[in-house]
Amino acid sequence: MLSDTERQEIEREIVHYPRARAAVAEALMVVQRHRGWVSDEAVRDVAALLEMTPDEVEGIATFYSMVFRQPVGRHIIHLCDSVSCWIMGQETLLEHLQRKLGIGFGETTADRRFTLIPAGCLGACDLAPVMRVDDDLYGHLTPAKLDEILERYP
Amino acid sequence: MERPLTENIRPGEPPLGLREYVERGGYEGLRLALQRTPLEIQREVTESGLRGRGGAGFPTGQKWSFVPMGPDARRPKYLVVNGDEMEPGTMKDRLLLEGDPHALIESTIIASYAIEADAAYIFLRWEYSTAAERLKAALAEAYDAGYVGRAIMGSGYSLEVHLHRSAGRYMCGEESGLLNALEGKRAIPRSKPPFPQAVGLWGQPTVVQNVETICNLRHIIRHGAEWFKGLSLTGEGGTKLYGASGKVRHPGVWELPLGTPLGELLHDHAGGMLPGHRFRGLLPGGASTAFMTPDHLDVAMDFTAPQRVGTRLGTGTMIVLDDRTCPVGLMHNLLRFFARESCGYCTPCREGLPWVARTLAAIEAGDGRESDLDILDHHVRMIRAGHTFCPLAPGAMAPLESALVHFRQDFEQHIRMGACPWR
Ligand SMILES: Cc1cc2nc3c(=O)[nH]c(=O)nc-3n(C[C@H](O)[C@H](O)[C@H](O)COP(=O)(O)O)c2cc1C
Ligand code: SF4
Ligand code: FES
Repeated sequence: MLSDTERQEIEREIVHYPRARAAVAEALMVVQRHRGWVSDEAVRDVAALLEMTPDEVEGIATFYSMVFRQPVGRHIIHLCDSVSCWIMGQETLLEHLQRKLGIGFGETTADRRFTLIPAGCLGACDLAPVMRVDDDLYGHLTPAKLDEILERYP
Repeated sequence: MERPLTENIRPGEPPLGLREYVERGGYEGLRLALQRTPLEIQREVTESGLRGRGGAGFPTGQKWSFVPMGPDARRPKYLVVNGDEMEPGTMKDRLLLEGDPHALIESTIIASYAIEADAAYIFLRWEYSTAAERLKAALAEAYDAGYVGRAIMGSGYSLEVHLHRSAGRYMCGEESGLLNALEGKRAIPRSKPPFPQAVGLWGQPTVVQNVETICNLRHIIRHGAEWFKGLSLTGEGGTKLYGASGKVRHPGVWELPLGTPLGELLHDHAGGMLPGHRFRGLLPGGASTAFMTPDHLDVAMDFTAPQRVGTRLGTGTMIVLDDRTCPVGLMHNLLRFFARESCGYCTPCREGLPWVARTLAAIEAGDGRESDLDILDHHVRMIRAGHTFCPLAPGAMAPLESALVHFRQDFEQHIRMGACPWR
C-alpha cells in the first residue's frame, strides 16, 4: 500500500497534467525516494492510483534508467561512462572501484552500502571524469579522491 | 563583447533571486512582449534569424509559423522546453538551468505568449537535481509575483508553467520521444508528419524548444532582431554556448559570438592541448557529429560553414581527440552508448548498433579481422536517415563514418597487430 505521504506527493504531481498517467515516472520516483526501489506491489499500487494497468506501469519502470526494480544499496554511485569521461580516465576509476568495493556495474556491496551503476553523460564533461553519489556531483576524480569521497557515505 | 545568456551567471555561486534578477532588467522582456501581439513577437524572432540550439538548428520563427493561431485555433496549446541534455560531451544547458533559472522562466513565458500557449512544461532529466531545485524555487517566486499564472502582469494572458522531471533516457531528448515521455509513455518517437506544431502533446498543437534557444528570447524582445543579428560574426544571429572537453588545457563552456572560428575555440578558449598531447580531431557538437581535423581550424562555427566540411554545429560543445587516446576505443565508447540508449523500435538501430559496438570492441581488443572494416562500412551505408524511424541511429553513424575516413590507418593497425597500440 502507498503511504499517505507517498500518495499526497504523487497527487501533487498529477494536478500538473490533464491526464493522471503523465505523472507515472514522477510517481515511481516518489515511491523510490521513500523505499529505495520499486517493488511489484508498488507497481500495482501506482497503477491503481493512476488508472493504468500494472503492465503499463511496468513498461515504464523498466524503460527509464533511474527507476530501480530491485533493492539497491544505501547509496547509489553513478559513474559516468560516456566519451569525455572515458578520454579522461574513467576506466581506471572503474577498475579502482571494482577492486575497492568488490562489485561491478549493476551490483551492490554485501553490506548494502553501495550500488554501482553506469551513467550516460552527466553534463559535466569539463570536469571529467565525474560521478554522482546520490544527488551529489563530483568531478576531476582520481582514485585517491574517490576513496576520500566515499568515506562521506556511511 | 556582449554575453546576454550568461550575464547573470556567476560560476560557483547560487543564481539570482527574483529581486536581484528584476533589478538587473529581469522580466523587462516579458513586459515589452505583452505590449505587442503574439504575431509581432513571432515576426521579430523570425527576423532575428534565431535557430535551434538543441542540435538540429531549425529556424525558430519558422517552427512557430506552423502553429494554428487566433480565436479558432485548437486549444489548449503547449510549449515544451527540452532540458533533457544527455548528448555525450554536452554540458551547456546545465549552465543556464542552474545559473539563471529566472531567465529561462521569463523566456519560456515569452515563447508561450508568442504561440498563445495555455501551459508550458520544462522537461528536465532526472540527474539535473540542482537545476530542479533552483527552477522550483524560481517558479514559486515568479508565481507569487504574478509573472506566471492568471492575467500575467495585468495583461489578458494567462499561463501555467510546470516542471517535469523525467526518469532518464537519451531518447527523451528527441522531441517526439519527449512528448511520449511527458504523456507517461515510453520515450519512443512518433512518425512525422504530423508535426508537433499541429498534433503534439495529447494531440494538441505543441512547440518543443531547447533550453539555450529559449533563453535568447527575452534579449531579442528587449534589444530587437537587428541587435541579435549583430551579435554573431557571420550574420546567422546571436551568441552561442561553445564548450570543450577532453585533453585540452581549459575544458569549459563559454558564450561567444556565433560563427567563432574553430581554431579560436580550441586555442584561445580551450587553451590548446595539454602538454605532451597533440590534436588529432574533434567532434564539434556532441557525439552525433562527424569529426573535424587540423585542416578545419579556419571553419566558422555557425550553422552553415561546418556543413561544407561534412559535419554539423550540433550542440556546439566539442569532444577533443588527442594522439594518446585510441580512436577505436573512442568509437567503441560512443557506439556502446548509442546501442544502450536505442529505444528498440526499429531493426537497423536495435540490431545494427550492438553489432557495430561488438565489432569495434573486437577490433579494440585485438580480435579484429580485415572483414570487420567491411562490416563497419556496410553499417555506415545502411543505417542512415530514411532507413530508421528517428535520427538516433544515423546520428551514431556520423562520427563512425568520419572516423573510418580520418583514422582508418588506426583501425587497420589494430587488426594487423592484433592489439591496441595504445595499451
Ligand atoms: C536522440 C536525440 C536526442 C536529443 N536530445 C536532445 C536534448 O537533450 N535536448 C535538446 O534540446 N534537443 C535534443 N534533441 C533534438 C530535439 O529532437 C529537437 O530538435 C530540439 O529539442 C528542438 O529544439 P531547438 O529547435 O530549440 O533546437 C535530440 C534529438 C535526438 C534525435
Ligand atoms: S533509430 Fe529506431 S530504434 Fe533507434 S532510437 Fe530511433 S526509433 Fe528507436
Ligand atoms: S561524458 Fe561524462 S559528464 Fe559528459
